[in-house]
Amino acid sequence: MKYISQYLIILIIGFISELLNAIIPAPIPTCIYGIVILFFLLFTGLLKLDAIKDAARFLIDIQPIMFVPAGVGLIVIWSEVKDSIIKYIIVCMVSTVIVMAVSGRVTQFIIRCTKKGGSSNE
Amino acid sequence: MNETMNEIFLSSAYFGAALTIGAFMFGRWLQKKTGFILFNPILVGLLICIAFLKIFNIDYEAYNQGGKYVSYFLNLATISLAILLYEQFEALKKNYLAILLGILSGVLTTGLTLLIFAIIFKFSHTEYVTLLPHAITTAMGMALAEQYEGYVSIAVAGIVVSGITGNVVAVPVCRLFRITEPVARGIGIGTASHALGTAKALEMGEIEGAMSGLSIAVAGLMTVITMAVFAGFY
Repeated sequence: MKYISQYLIILIIGFISELLNAIIPAPIPTCIYGIVILFFLLFTGLLKLDAIKDAARFLIDIQPIMFVPAGVGLIVIWSEVKDSIIKYIIVCMVSTVIVMAVSGRVTQFIIRCTKKGGSSNE
Repeated sequence: MNETMNEIFLSSAYFGAALTIGAFMFGRWLQKKTGFILFNPILVGLLICIAFLKIFNIDYEAYNQGGKYVSYFLNLATISLAILLYEQFEALKKNYLAILLGILSGVLTTGLTLLIFAIIFKFSHTEYVTLLPHAITTAMGMALAEQYEGYVSIAVAGIVVSGITGNVVAVPVCRLFRITEPVARGIGIGTASHALGTAKALEMGEIEGAMSGLSIAVAGLMTVITMAVFAGFY
């Protein structure tokens, strides 16, 4: 029953997220509201991590399986996109390399700047 | 023959779910056995499912009678990711300026790169919004593609391809661009290639892994905002 009461809390947050997604006219997916709500509850201490941790961990563990049915949907649009698949793959691969390099370099640059600033003050 | 096949499968709430989980578990076993990064369980799982439906001439609709129960928990699992963000929040405090600006620069680069590619390849708006969230974690990227009416299935495939790419290139990219700070390495890897990249970051070191994990959630949340801007550009 421990899992069920934890699951109930996550379900309620999920339902509130659905309501917000329906009410607020912004292109924000349902799950994003949920993440913000749950983080806020944990951060403020209104909800203890122990109250949801086991059910949440279980859901995170099995999450990769949940992407498969959406991916299988490829079969429905296949004739529409089959000529472009290679382009999509190239875009994703090249973009990944560029983003990793930029984001890593920028982070490193700022760390070194702040380190230098720190040591010159000492 | 096809009609009756589809009817049987259409009325089954279990077939699609069993096929999905079975195919995924096979992919997982295959990857463990071979250690080969391309044998990603999501990728192998969806290819096996597609092959099965093709061979036995089963409609997606019939498959999804059961498949939808697997996806039923998706939003709840994504909401649960908040506990990871909460647990890693301490790590953010230390270098918050470098971390937040580093992730933001990556998120903006993703949008800019996609915009340039969309112009070069003459993408449709649907294709553009499908690939815009390719760098973030599958759950959030898929939800964003859906929200902007992109191809959800392509979004999932693109996100997995990016993750695999990130995992493979993480070490050479860090070497080539002389990214030596462990924090910077983790941020770069996590911002570009979510959980699959994070698996590699964890092998590189404890700080790399923690930072990469933190980037998954932060980059995802930032992308919700940048996507609203970039979606209007093309």
